[in-house]
Amino acid sequence: MADPEARKVIELGYGGNERLVMNMGPQHPSAHGVFRMILTLEGETIAALDSVIGYLHRCHEKLGETLTYAQYPSIASKTDYVAAMTSELAYVLAAEKIGKIEVPKRAQYLRVLVAELQRVASHCLWLGTWCLDIGGALGGGATVFLYCFREREMVLDLFESLTGARLLYGFHQVGGVRYDLPEGWAQRCRDTVDRIDQRLDEYESMLESNTAFLIRSQRVGVISRELAQEVGIAGPLLRGSGVDFDIRRDDPYSSYADFDFKIPVEEAGDCYARYRVRMQEFRESIKIVRQALDGLPEGPISSRPALKSVGQVRIPKGEAYARVEGPRGEVGCYLIADGSPKPYRMKWRGASFSNLSILPHIVPGHKVADVVAIMGSVDPVFGEVDR
Amino acid sequence: MRDVLAAFILLNAVVLIVTYLTYVERKFAARMQSRIGPYRVGRPHGWLQPIADAIKLVIKEDIIPALADRPVYNLAPIVFLIPSLLIFATIPFAPGLGLADLNIGLLFFLAVSSLEIVGLFMGGWGSNNKYALLSAMRGVNQIISYEVPFVLTALIPVLLAGSLQLSAIVEAQRGLWFVAYPVLGQLAFIAFVIATIASENRVPFDILEAESELVAGFRVEYSGMKFALIQLAEYTHMFGVSCLGALLFLGGWLGPGSAHPVVGAAWFLLKALFIFLLVTWVRWSFVRIRVDQILGLSWKVLLPATLILLMATGFWVALRSGHVA
Repeated sequence: MADPEARKVIELGYGGNERLVMNMGPQHPSAHGVFRMILTLEGETIAALDSVIGYLHRCHEKLGETLTYAQYPSIASKTDYVAAMTSELAYVLAAEKIGKIEVPKRAQYLRVLVAELQRVASHCLWLGTWCLDIGGALGGGATVFLYCFREREMVLDLFESLTGARLLYGFHQVGGVRYDLPEGWAQRCRDTVDRIDQRLDEYESMLESNTAFLIRSQRVGVISRELAQEVGIAGPLLRGSGVDFDIRRDDPYSSYADFDFKIPVEEAGDCYARYRVRMQEFRESIKIVRQALDGLPEGPISSRPALKSVGQVRIPKGEAYARVEGPRGEVGCYLIADGSPKPYRMKWRGASFSNLSILPHIVPGHKVADVVAIMGSVDPVFGEVDR
Repeated sequence: MRDVLAAFILLNAVVLIVTYLTYVERKFAARMQSRIGPYRVGRPHGWLQPIADAIKLVIKEDIIPALADRPVYNLAPIVFLIPSLLIFATIPFAPGLGLADLNIGLLFFLAVSSLEIVGLFMGGWGSNNKYALLSAMRGVNQIISYEVPFVLTALIPVLLAGSLQLSAIVEAQRGLWFVAYPVLGQLAFIAFVIATIASENRVPFDILEAESELVAGFRVEYSGMKFALIQLAEYTHMFGVSCLGALLFLGGWLGPGSAHPVVGAAWFLLKALFIFLLVTWVRWSFVRIRVDQILGLSWKVLLPATLILLMATGFWVALRSGHVA
C-alpha cells in the first residue's frame, strides 16, 4: 500500500480529505468473477486499493480430503475452471510422485497435448475479456471478445469429442489418462490449430496498429523485475517483467523435455508486455500441439487398470509437491497420503492468487480506467483464487 | 396550426428513424463481429426488434433510488431529450422541407445541441451514485473540451458558404461538395467526424458510459421508460449531428434528381446514414481511451488543428474573393 493516509481512509471507511471511497465489485461488469476492490479516489486517480476475496470459497482443500484419488481429478478442474486440464494434471502428478507410478509415454504426450490446447483456449478467453475491459462491452472490445470466443469454441469442441465435456473434463487419472483420441480427432485438431494460428495474425494486426489500444496498454501497470520476484507472481506476468522462468522448461514434467519450444520473455513489464508474452505463448502452444500430434507414440494410455470403483486407487504413505505451468502460471498441488484411498491433506497453490496480490502495488497512481486494464492483464480466475 | 402539425409529424418521423437506427447499428455491429444480430422478432431479419425493445422498456418497473434527489432525478431524462429533438427544428431535409430554415440555423443547432450536458449532469448528480457522479464529471469535462473543436470545424463550411443558414450552406455546395475541396475539405471532414464521436460520447471516447469501469455511468440508476428516454436522446442527438455533417460537408439533399423533394430527402437521409455508419464502424473497432488522454487529444491536437484549418479556410476564401491581392 503506497500511501499511509489512503490506508487510513480505507480503515475509517469514509472519504474525507477530498477523497472518495468507491466500491468496485463483487458485482461489477469487469470484476472477472467475484472480486471486490475498495478504491480510494482523488478525482480520477487511485490513491489506494484494498482487495477483498473469498466470495467463491468452496472448501476445495477439504473436499480433497474427503474424495478419493479416483474422484478428485474431476473436482480439481473446478479450481481453475478456465483451464481445467491444468489443475487436474497437477493433482494426478502429485499422487503419482508419492506412489512412484509410471505413466506410459502415450499418456504423457496426450497430457501435453491437452494442456497446450487448454492454454490456447484460456488465452483466447483472456484476450477477449481483457479487450472487453479496456474497450467496453459496447465497443471494439466486444468485437475482439466475440472473435476470441469463436476460436475458443473450436478448442472446446475438440475437448468435447475427446472427453464428452466442454468445461470440466476429468480427463486425467492417476497413472495415465482416461480417454484415447477418437478416430479422426488428430486431423481435426491440426485443422483447428492451423486456423487459430492464422487468426492470431488478424488479431495482432487489428490491435497492434490501433493507437487507442497501444496508449491504453503501454506504460500502464508496470511491474518491475524486482517487484515481480518479491511478490512472487508467476506465469506470463513474471515473464512480462523480464524474468525468464517457465516450469515446462526449468522443471520438466510429463515429457515436456521432448518438445522444442521457446519461452517468450518481455522486458517492459507493462500491460502491453504481458499481452505480447501471451500472444507469443499462443504460437508456442500451437507448435507444441503439432509436435505432440506428430510424435504421438503408440501404446497404452494408462499404467493402471480401468477404474471400476472409486476406492480403487490407493497411494502409499508419503508426501509430495507437484507443479505445472498453467496458462496463468505455476499451479501446484501438495499432497500428503496415508495409504488409504483418500489423501490425508491437500493444499493448492493457485497462480491467480499470487498474481492478484500484485494489484495494490501497481494500481495506486493510475486512473480509474486503468484499474480494469491492469486487472484484465493479470487474468485472474476466481475459482482458483478462492478455491 | 399548420406548424404544430408539421412539428408533430417531424418529431414522430425522427423518433421512428432513430428507433430503427438502433436496429441498423445492431445489425451492422453483428456483421462486424461475425454474428447475425436480431433475428427472431418479426420476419424477415427481426425487423420488429426495436418495437419489442421499446414495449419492453415501457412496461418495466421504474425504480427511483431511495436517496436520489427526486425532482432532479426525474427531470433529467426529459431535460436530456428535449435539446436532442429541438435540433431538428432547423434541419432542412430537402428544399422547403424543414420546420424553420432560420438564417442563423447553424448557430441555433450548436447552441441547442450543447444543452444536453445539463440533463446529463442532472442525471449523474440526482442519482446519488458514485459511478454516476464520476461519469457526470467526466461528461462535463469532455463535452466542454470537444464543443470547441466541434464548433470550429462546423465554422469551416460557414466560411466557405458565407452564411449560417443551413439551406444556403447546402446551395453553396451545388458545384462541389465541401468534403471534395482539395485537402482542406477532407481534413475538415475528418476533424468533424472525430469531434462528433467525442461530443456524442461514443467509443473510443465513451468514458461517460464506460461500462467496464463505471458500469453504465450517469444512467446507472435509471430503468424503464426513463432509461429509454436517455437512450432515445443519445441516438437522436447522434442522428442530428449526422444530419448536420451531411448538410455541412456532403452536400445535404444534392444529388441526381434532387429537384424533387422526396428524392432530395432520400439523398439527405442516405448521407446522414453514411456518417452514422462511419461513426458506428469506428465504435465497434476501437477500444476506449482514458479520460486524460481524451482531454489531451482535444486541447493539444484537435483544437490547434481545427484552428489552423479555420485560418487556412479564411485565407482561401479571402483569396478567392480577391480581398487579398
